[in-house]
Amino acid sequence: MISKDEILHVAALANLKFEDSEVDSFVSQLDKIVNMESKLSSVDTTGVEPTYNMGDTNTVFREDKGIRTQTREQMLENVPETDNNLIKVPTIVDKEDDE
Amino acid sequence: MNFETTIGLEVHVELKTKSKMYSPSPVAYGAESNINTNVIDFGFPGTLPTVNKNGYRLGVMVALALNAEIEHHTHFDRKNYFYPDNPKAYQITQQDKPLGHDGYIEIEVDGKKKKIGVEELHVEEDAGKNTHGNNGYSYVDLNRQGTPLIEIVSKPDMHSPEEAYQYLENLRKIVQFTGASDVKMEEGSMRVDTNISIRPVGSKDYGTKVELKNLNSFNHVKLGLAYEEQRQAAILKQGGHIDQETRRFDEKTGETFLMRVKSGADDYRYFPEPDLPDFEISPEWISEIKANLPETAAKRRERYINELGIPEYDAGVLTDTKEMSDFFDEAVSYKANPKLVSNWLMGEVNGYLNDKKIGLLDTKLTPEHLAKMINLISNGTISSKIAKKVFQETISNGTEPEEWVKSKGLVQESDPAVLKPMILEILDNNQQSIDDFKNGKDRAVGFLIGQIMKQTHGQANPKVANKLLMEELKSR
Repeated sequence: MISKDEILHVAALANLKFEDSEVDSFVSQLDKIVNMESKLSSVDTTGVEPTYNMGDTNTVFREDKGIRTQTREQMLENVPETDNNLIKVPTIVDKEDDE
Repeated sequence: MNFETTIGLEVHVELKTKSKMYSPSPVAYGAESNINTNVIDFGFPGTLPTVNKNGYRLGVMVALALNAEIEHHTHFDRKNYFYPDNPKAYQITQQDKPLGHDGYIEIEVDGKKKKIGVEELHVEEDAGKNTHGNNGYSYVDLNRQGTPLIEIVSKPDMHSPEEAYQYLENLRKIVQFTGASDVKMEEGSMRVDTNISIRPVGSKDYGTKVELKNLNSFNHVKLGLAYEEQRQAAILKQGGHIDQETRRFDEKTGETFLMRVKSGADDYRYFPEPDLPDFEISPEWISEIKANLPETAAKRRERYINELGIPEYDAGVLTDTKEMSDFFDEAVSYKANPKLVSNWLMGEVNGYLNDKKIGLLDTKLTPEHLAKMINLISNGTISSKIAKKVFQETISNGTEPEEWVKSKGLVQESDPAVLKPMILEILDNNQQSIDDFKNGKDRAVGFLIGQIMKQTHGQANPKVANKLLMEELKSR
């Protein structure tokens, strides 16, 4: 069973806010989805190597050349507010910079 | 109650590449705000990352230099978090199969050698830089977003702040000599996070871990850890308990203070990065990187002692930084006497740098010019007194020593055909000094040499002048 707390925790991690009524419906919806997915764990995977990637390519590197593919003007076009070519955002104080 | 300290360190090092780890944007320290960004760095929908080969190669170099095993089959993972310095809302890192594992760094504290384990090393990307205004806004520069990093995670093998300090010193030196990073704390190309706990001696379980941040120098690491040891011991002695929390070091007071309490483990919801393929790191590539690893500081030091005859202490100073050691090697390659190059670097050059509070590469001195100047002394063209003048000119203005010496007429006079008549004349005019010399007063010689220097404006070769003078004195 998925709990309401779990839903609220995941919502917080995803930066999402819900009304109380919405949360209840998510509890039952997500519970169904997780239950369905949990059928997968009934398969015996002993000795099976995990698959990390579905692509058929492998080991694709890029050569180390510095290229500007967009101009700063283009990049800042969709930024809501800028100041001196910096992106202006509401201050977040409870976390520090170098994560 | 006696306590035992356990310390683990996480060190982030920026790798010296031309482009970012997962996008081709240029990497440059101190560039104009947001100039080196593109749609990948901004996390635009539909964009795809690519892995920088050189970034990975430099990571492997660091791992090999730290005696680590390289992972042959690897992939990248997403670490999810929301913060404006990373608009993708996730960092691409290697959580599951890090680039390298099980390395070590040797340290020596109080004459005792010890190996500190390196749990694992992985490549990842740096975040952008925030500056906080006091108007309710922060300002984001995404130039640094995506800069290649290698994170080096130690085992909890350190038991004192001094051991942690030595580990960092040696780590910095090893990485610096690979050339993979500048490892400059002051420019943020090396950053240190620490974990420290204490437990009663004999206890099986570790104590509660406290994370220490905002450590801007190795010294702060040492001071911050020493403060934490005391703080935690005082709490435990009073029967209190340690909270799992993140603390900040205040450099003004030397104390640590609470930043935030940790409630449970961070939940980053790691999962394999679907936008990048799996990677095979071939044994051939690893061997190739290993074969081309630059000479370590320890090897250079040995070579200086054994092949160039440099005293042990001096060889240690010369190999303290790659900058200095490279400079020395290049100057010696211009056929200057290694011992003299070493003396000049440790004496006049270091004196100049300390005086001006700048680094070797901030001056206009080149290894070639230093070598030329030393060769001018060695072959008797200039005196060591004149050399100091030449040195000042060369290091301040980048002047070519040979031409400058010629143009300024500073060439030493070593020709007996010029010096001898001068000496004869001086002796003829100073009968008193000759008498003094005959009566055993050595002072007279000094006076006569002084006269020669005066007449030649200090340019007489002291050795030649002295020899000629003594011959003449004895024959009178």
